[in-house]
Amino acid sequence: MKKIGKRTFKIENYVGVSGYSSIVGDKEKKGPLGHCFENYSEDEYFGQETFEKAEAFMQREVIRDVIEKAKTKPEDIDFIYAGDLLNQCTGSNYGVGGFDISYFGVYGACSTMAETLILASISIDGGFAEKTLCVTSSHFCAAERQFRFPLEYGAQRSSTAQWTVTGAGGVLLSKNEGFPRITEISPGVICDKKITDINNMGTAMAPAAIQTLISFFEDTGTTPENYDLILTGDLGHVGHEIVSDFLKRENYDAKNKYHDCGMLIYDHSQDAHSGGSGCGCSASVLCGFVLPEMRKRTYKNVLFVATGALMSPTMVLQGESIPGIAHLVRFEV
Amino acid sequence: MNTEEFKSVAKTKEKKSPTLKNCVFAFIIGGTICVLGQALYDMYTGVLNLEADIAQVFSSISLIFLSALFTGIGLYDKIAKIAGAGTLVPITGFANAIVSSAIEFKKEGIILGVGVKIFSIAGPVIVYGTFASFIYGLNYYITKLVV
Repeated sequence: MKKIGKRTFKIENYVGVSGYSSIVGDKEKKGPLGHCFENYSEDEYFGQETFEKAEAFMQREVIRDVIEKAKTKPEDIDFIYAGDLLNQCTGSNYGVGGFDISYFGVYGACSTMAETLILASISIDGGFAEKTLCVTSSHFCAAERQFRFPLEYGAQRSSTAQWTVTGAGGVLLSKNEGFPRITEISPGVICDKKITDINNMGTAMAPAAIQTLISFFEDTGTTPENYDLILTGDLGHVGHEIVSDFLKRENYDAKNKYHDCGMLIYDHSQDAHSGGSGCGCSASVLCGFVLPEMRKRTYKNVLFVATGALMSPTMVLQGESIPGIAHLVRFEV
Repeated sequence: MNTEEFKSVAKTKEKKSPTLKNCVFAFIIGGTICVLGQALYDMYTGVLNLEADIAQVFSSISLIFLSALFTGIGLYDKIAKIAGAGTLVPITGFANAIVSSAIEFKKEGIILGVGVKIFSIAGPVIVYGTFASFIYGLNYYITKLVV
């Protein structure tokens, strides 16, 4: 691994995607990308007793499916990096059990998918692992009851509010096999522009995405023109507009190359307001849409920038703002 | 990009909430709940010949029951999405806050789940409602002494 500029690292060995899988809930299946998701459940409990168990089930299903598709065995996988939105990484802790694979629980809020991919590619590139699995998930109902209100509580959502995606995605990275490959990574830094509105996560996360993208372009000497697709995790319509605006101000006009997973996963008729969010948002869009399209060579060079609002309900009640983070992973065919 | 510059640009990207539309729906649906309350009161006094104060309590109980029922069958939050303050302000909103919490935390057990969490939303209303009635009572007492 070689450092380029201030925050970007080049992955020098071949680290390829040798398998991926996604699973979503009913609302996501009915969305514009519904046809991309092979695994889904109309039942929001996924046949389990509670929403937390449903989230763990999604992770388990994704891991099982990735291992099956990659024609490998759990004992050949060196590490699992997994994360979700719940306290203590509940979805992951209960999801990865039973596979007997060394596990690291990762919390980066909605940025976790890119964070796990970064950690996994570092492990392989540094020679510490041959195969690593990255899994993240979120569940609308589990997130609502932890962060907001009970499901049946009658409240109006603001126009900037986002809808937590019920879904999970998993990627198996392997040394010297699979495609697309990860060629560059740019881990994020905490970026806090003093946003305190918990119903406006897109705005809280946008500065981190802007900072990570601009520092990546500066480090690599590239511009949006060099990429087929630049995809942020879950900024939604509000965050997407802010990022587009600030990139343009810095003379990085991303035009129609820049999209956001949170905007792609739901359409306007689905009442998701500013769009989708959660670890499952970027994970399911990456594994259901981006990676399959890269294998078809629709996109050959993609910047995947998962964004996280590191919101603590306790700190928000104490009057503190919401720190944001954005991790970047470059995939190439 | 400094914080103030960022905040001012970000503000322009937010879609405004439809305040006028929300107010109109809140008025219509909230008003309908109040009309229903009055109709219940008239029925209890006119048809069942109950005393006025008893009929008032019965009307409140009936609205609370209907709110709990609609919350339980998953309709209250759907109406509230359109009605906003119209379903929040009447006594039905208070009932919804309690019943929705009770449903949500049933899985964590009846003591540490339902018991602990049932007033997680309605708690402040009870605390400050009680405090406000204390202030009102004190005020009433002093006024009586003086006048």
